Amino acid sequence: MPIESVNDFVIRFANVNGSGSASANLLFARSVMRMGVPIAPRNIFPSNIQGLPTWYEVRVTEAGHLGARGGLDMMVAMNPQTWDKDIASIDPGGYLFYDSSRPIPPSKFRDDIVVLGMPLTDIVNRTYTDPRQRQLFKNIIYVGALAALLDIAIEEVEKLIGEQFKGKDKLIAPNLKALHIGYDYARDHFACPIGLRVRRADKIGDRIFVEGNAAAGLGAVYGGATVCAWYPITPSTSLAEAFETYCKRLRVDPETAEKRYAIVQAEDELASIGMVVGAAWNGARAFTATSGPGISLMQEFLGLAYFAEIPAVLFDVQRGGPSTGMPTRTQQSDLLIAAYAAHGDTKHVLLFPRDPGEAFEFGALSFDLADRLQTPIFVMLDLDIGMNQHLCPPFQWDDARALDRGKVMTYEELESGRDFGRYLDVDGDGIPFRTYPGTHPTRGSFFTRGSTRDRYARYTEEGAPYVDNMERLLRKFDTAKTLVPPAILARAAKPTRLGVIHYGSTGPSMDEALQILSARGVHVDALRVRGFPFGPEVTDFIAGHDLVFVVEQNRDAQMRTLLMVECGIDPAQLVPVLHFDGTPITARFIAKAIAEKATSIRPPQQREVLS
Amino acid sequence: MTYLAKPKFRHPDIEINELGFSHRDYEGSISTLCAGCGHDSISSAIMRACFELSLPPHRIAKLSGIGCSSKTPTYFLGQSHGFNSVHGRMPSVLTGANLANRELIYLGVSGDGDSASIGFGQFAHAIRRAVNMLYIVENNGVYGLTKGQFSATSDKGSKSKKGIDNPDSPIDLVSIAMQLGATFVARSFSGDKDQLVPLIKAGLEHQGAAFIDVISPCIAFNNHQGSTKSFDYVRAHNAELNTLDFITSQAPIGVDYPEGAAQDVRLHDGSTIRLRKLSADYDVHDRGAAMDHIYRLGRSGEIATGLIFIDDEPSDMHARLGTAKKPLNALADRDIVPGSAALAKINAGLR
Repeated sequence: MPIESVNDFVIRFANVNGSGSASANLLFARSVMRMGVPIAPRNIFPSNIQGLPTWYEVRVTEAGHLGARGGLDMMVAMNPQTWDKDIASIDPGGYLFYDSSRPIPPSKFRDDIVVLGMPLTDIVNRTYTDPRQRQLFKNIIYVGALAALLDIAIEEVEKLIGEQFKGKDKLIAPNLKALHIGYDYARDHFACPIGLRVRRADKIGDRIFVEGNAAAGLGAVYGGATVCAWYPITPSTSLAEAFETYCKRLRVDPETAEKRYAIVQAEDELASIGMVVGAAWNGARAFTATSGPGISLMQEFLGLAYFAEIPAVLFDVQRGGPSTGMPTRTQQSDLLIAAYAAHGDTKHVLLFPRDPGEAFEFGALSFDLADRLQTPIFVMLDLDIGMNQHLCPPFQWDDARALDRGKVMTYEELESGRDFGRYLDVDGDGIPFRTYPGTHPTRGSFFTRGSTRDRYARYTEEGAPYVDNMERLLRKFDTAKTLVPPAILARAAKPTRLGVIHYGSTGPSMDEALQILSARGVHVDALRVRGFPFGPEVTDFIAGHDLVFVVEQNRDAQMRTLLMVECGIDPAQLVPVLHFDGTPITARFIAKAIAEKATSIRPPQQREVLS
Repeated sequence: MTYLAKPKFRHPDIEINELGFSHRDYEGSISTLCAGCGHDSISSAIMRACFELSLPPHRIAKLSGIGCSSKTPTYFLGQSHGFNSVHGRMPSVLTGANLANRELIYLGVSGDGDSASIGFGQFAHAIRRAVNMLYIVENNGVYGLTKGQFSATSDKGSKSKKGIDNPDSPIDLVSIAMQLGATFVARSFSGDKDQLVPLIKAGLEHQGAAFIDVISPCIAFNNHQGSTKSFDYVRAHNAELNTLDFITSQAPIGVDYPEGAAQDVRLHDGSTIRLRKLSADYDVHDRGAAMDHIYRLGRSGEIATGLIFIDDEPSDMHARLGTAKKPLNALADRDIVPGSAALAKINAGLR
């Protein structure tokens, strides 16, 4: 039986990289959104500029499930290279839309799917002479056909085309023409609409549709970052580029054309973080954007920044590791290298945004935290958040908010004779005062170094001042627990001894999985961790449950390791649920894993409480 | 090294500069380098140059990497902020610092291991980015702190203290800096203060990437027979291109030179360096000819010293980036945080 579903299906486009399909596919996605129906699109793309297979998937979800779903209801198969795999990926009863210009042997099809062939190449060859036009309009033609097949109001697509080519008006008419060629052909040749349909709803509200990297780059602008030093690496490149785009719009003096920012494309990641450290040492807010291989290269500087207590912000847009790994696939596999970056005893502050909304919020917050704590702050994005557009609440900013520059001793304070010791813990929170270079002619200068020194920044190789300093750094890390965004608890409908901890881009799929589980009678309290070091709410949550699943997108259960090590949790109490094939984790996967493990794993025996 | 601190009292007639400082105000901690180390002479020359230019010490940022040379910023300019960073990575830290505050004076101090080996890339990129700085390499051709291994600036055939000949070609940082577009390039010798002090002054005044390679013999590991970086060898093979008189606008030098024997180079602050040419037909403004000249001198075993090249119209990184005149670290919230109204517009564009 063909699948029948309104406002709840997954459609995937199989294309050739570099064929201009991305903008047509986005046009399709946005037209669904204009119908008032939420979407969750995802790019599956190769490490390649032109020629290799690429896919674009759109989950149409009136219920607002924004994680990847898994499964496939309709395939738009435009790439002969991947035909067999694409056909095999369609769920039984699903739909295949393909270019029927060339005959394909019947053995290449399946009889349990609905096949919709349209001679796209023949049509464009008849209609256009320019090869590039044939290529581009072929894409627009299939968007028109899909509008007819899926019952998307054609005027919404027309409006979007008008908006897209505003200012390049002569492109509007040919695009509309192509759109209608497809739309009319489908209406004439197929029974439209098919079983999958888009019906007008009002479920978008004031939400915005944006990539996480763009949101984080904008967050850096609002966080007051003035120096960006970076080295191109997928999937973080678009973050630095977004920062530049927003700076050009928001930070260029309209009269003098002076830029109130500086962006340097460094020679490598070592230089990127070196520049960030130099700039932050000198009182500017500075950041870099990178991915796992870049973090590997930055280790030595991160140790220096930790030990010499220099603010720095790193956006780590995580991809599949180790080594070059899967550069265009998503993972959450940099937690441990970020948390303990560099040799010696180090610990770093991490933030885990869930979506572009939090990428903006934490992006801005990270600069306050870096200045307040005088240490590197990692904003742990991943490819799924960073390089896909997500629906999220609009960005917000409180105009009364001032940037928190942390403990910086001023000329006036120095002049008044206030005692300045660069590594002196005056407030008991482990955070010393610093000065910006050049503040006062005779007071407040100090020597910054990665070697040991005393509270007044004087070089020493003595054991006692070293230990004193290392212990203060731990006190400072304790202070960080009170400053990072707290974990968010979602209680199950019924009291339960089962808990789940998750973080970052797993959030949307986790929310959906909890609903699935609840419907099956499996009740699980969920805690979404948003920062490291962990606050007391995390340890309280674990203590309050017999078994806690830790859902993550890496092989080695890195969050679970952090919880065990930093909170002293019995490993038997923390059950890993791991998804690490490079595709975004799905609700189906999580629900299945938790349902199975919930019945098969016994909680550890309760330890006797000694009192 | 000595461990005796200098007494604090001053001679009543001690020389005072325009800021009312004596040379004592430009000192740092006591050096912990070996007695007789060339690096200490360079530190003295830096202090002398800053004193003579009347630079406020706290407006100088001194940055270094790791190694004997990189330790020296502790031993001069005690009122300056210093940053002893990571091995070979001083150039990036200095670049970042300069991005944050274009008003300070940046002095990068490095060694031949730090700049020609582990940090060769960063050296090159800071130069080609035209970071406004004076970058001094204290070049002794040897790893001192790890006791005597060859560095990348060791000449081919130069003998180590253990009697081994260096089989590899040397890196000449002067030639590299020239090729990468440094707008002020000089080489000097730690033992020639008369040449070094004016070069440091001119380098500090230069508003672009200034580089000085200072041959600085390592008394402990590279001052023996057979070394091409020993005091004796450098003295015997020093091919001075020019000598410099630094002329401030207040105190013009009245010495007359024969026609064609002197060349004036005007500096940013209005002062002038007068070059007395020792090598006929050498033009410090001709990059290509200068590169050719030092290459040919090098082939004949001579060490060209003096001011090698200067561009009177240097550009710097900030000019290239178009950054605000006001230092980025001094911008107020309102200058950098666009506010909620701008954000509402951005939101509207994302629907």
